[in-house]
Amino acid sequence: MAGETEKSRVTLWPGLIALAAATGYFIALLATENQVLIISLLGVGMAAVLAAAWLQLLDSASRSFLDYEDALGGFAILAALAVAAFFHEDHFVLLLVITVLLYTVATLGLNIQFGYAGVLNFAGASFFGIGAYTSAVLNAHTALPHLIVLVIGGLLAALIGSLLLLPVLRTRGHYAAIVTIAFALLFRTFLEVNDVLGGPQGMQVPGMKILGWAFNNNIEIGKISLSFYMNYYVLSLLLLIGVFVVVRRLDRSWIGLNLDALRLDETAASCFGLDVVRWKITAFLIGNFIIGIAGALFGMVGSFVAPNNYTFADSLILVSILLLGGIGNPWGLIIATAIVVVVPEKLQTIQEYRFLLYALLVIAVLLFRPEGLLPRPVRRYFPRWRP
Amino acid sequence: MTALLEARGLSKRFGGVLALDGLDLSVAPNEIIGLIGPNGSGKTTFFNVITGIYDADAGQVAFSGADITNASPRTVYQAGISRTFQRSRLSLPLSIFDNIMIGNHKRLNQGLWFNLVRRAEFKREFEVAFRAAHSLVEVFEPRLAGRIFEPVAGLPMIDRRRIEICRALISEPKLLLLDEPFAGMTRDETSELMKDILLVRERNKNLTIIIVEHEMGVIERITNRCVVLNFGRKIGEGPYREVAADAQVQEAYLGAA
Repeated sequence: MAGETEKSRVTLWPGLIALAAATGYFIALLATENQVLIISLLGVGMAAVLAAAWLQLLDSASRSFLDYEDALGGFAILAALAVAAFFHEDHFVLLLVITVLLYTVATLGLNIQFGYAGVLNFAGASFFGIGAYTSAVLNAHTALPHLIVLVIGGLLAALIGSLLLLPVLRTRGHYAAIVTIAFALLFRTFLEVNDVLGGPQGMQVPGMKILGWAFNNNIEIGKISLSFYMNYYVLSLLLLIGVFVVVRRLDRSWIGLNLDALRLDETAASCFGLDVVRWKITAFLIGNFIIGIAGALFGMVGSFVAPNNYTFADSLILVSILLLGGIGNPWGLIIATAIVVVVPEKLQTIQEYRFLLYALLVIAVLLFRPEGLLPRPVRRYFPRWRP
Repeated sequence: MTALLEARGLSKRFGGVLALDGLDLSVAPNEIIGLIGPNGSGKTTFFNVITGIYDADAGQVAFSGADITNASPRTVYQAGISRTFQRSRLSLPLSIFDNIMIGNHKRLNQGLWFNLVRRAEFKREFEVAFRAAHSLVEVFEPRLAGRIFEPVAGLPMIDRRRIEICRALISEPKLLLLDEPFAGMTRDETSELMKDILLVRERNKNLTIIIVEHEMGVIERITNRCVVLNFGRKIGEGPYREVAADAQVQEAYLGAA
């Protein structure tokens, strides 16, 4: 059949070339300081993407990502390590890339809730904050191993999130969204008036230690010295890989199908035996658990937590990443997070206007590419499987 | 012979309207029943009450001897009743296979651990499910079987109806409820889809079907027996020819002479 032969012609190369180009571009962008150069780099980047889209190169790249996901995933890990090696002494850049990694983890959690199950969550930053404050309190006051603190951060985010379950399950669409917005606003106020948690000034977070290895010391290997952020970089990358695999498997299973079915038509789904409440709860809890773990690690990375970092506006940024990247496509989320986190940091001149930029970007995407930069492909349970 | 489905005194009220008014209806195993009546006579409401989308205000429903009055849609599906919808309710962005698997819910392992970790076992279950879906679609339309991983959104109405019927049949229900499967189709498409349904029926003699339809030619050809509703009440029952000749039925459809 025509379709079959076309599929068999898909190779690894377009995906690999796209990945290499994106990595090179990302490194160049991160290494540039001059504002004029950065603006021209961004212009070149946009022109290149539009040209690639026009020449249909993007389609062949995304097809090869679909068919050779495992191999390209391995290369993507190498690319992340290459970025780290290039900036091994640069605290600022490493922190920025760690932020990209951990925000991606958080949006992957949000993606399970909103992208798959259709449960809106406008309190993403609050659950991120619950994880971060968990690190602050537990690292300062207990001797719990820090890897376990990360898990507790996730569990607490899921547990506190379950307070929202009743109102979220009893309402639909916009009304459920309003419940989560109310939670986001309440959460910040709660932190500000709570002296035990440092009030508006926030708290210090003691750095991470695993089996005596202190993450906050720079690393010396022979003559090479590495920024202490390299510790956090590796751990954040491992977390992202783990969560990425879980989200991928979830999508490519009956559970992913259940979540899609209840998002698209709750009534029809329940007529075929789907327990709507059970799966909404599952998606909401797993999503918040993932966001909480990312937040807990981010708290230790930043070594400081304050209510101002976990506002409703930050939750909106997480949602806008989801819309920008392509709801339901984890690869798109990585790219979108990189854009949303890195561009305002590099373009110091627009700092004040970053929200204007996000708003314009999201509106442009919704208008011209409503399914996001990388739209979600139709589900293949085993991409290379043929009957 | 004991009835497969037995409704007694079933009533459903929407505000001031009695959509079902003390309806008694009994369906024997292996029957094909036509449920007919003017628009608004309570046919779809009957399906919705049976399948648990609406709760009945009065009356009982028994299926295979078990009481399913006001049971949840899940319970009704688990008991072996599945349905299609008057307005096609497929999930358009999903593939043909995915849509059919939604109907296969009760035979798929829904455990988190199984789905996320036991991928080798999951793959075996997936392959079994694939073969079942593929051979079912093939009965209806071999052309669709080759496109089983393509989204439903691009397909014409007749194919969507076929997939909806496949979704209802994949779990091998005892009772199939078809709600106007031929609505909005041309004469050719209607006879094509009707052939498909009769073929499925040929392969599975144990399947009982209740079909709501306005196309009387279809009703005449497929059904063993008809039940005529008007204002939520049964006004006629019997083979199509008898029912069609009944004065009360003619009045309901055509108005008083």
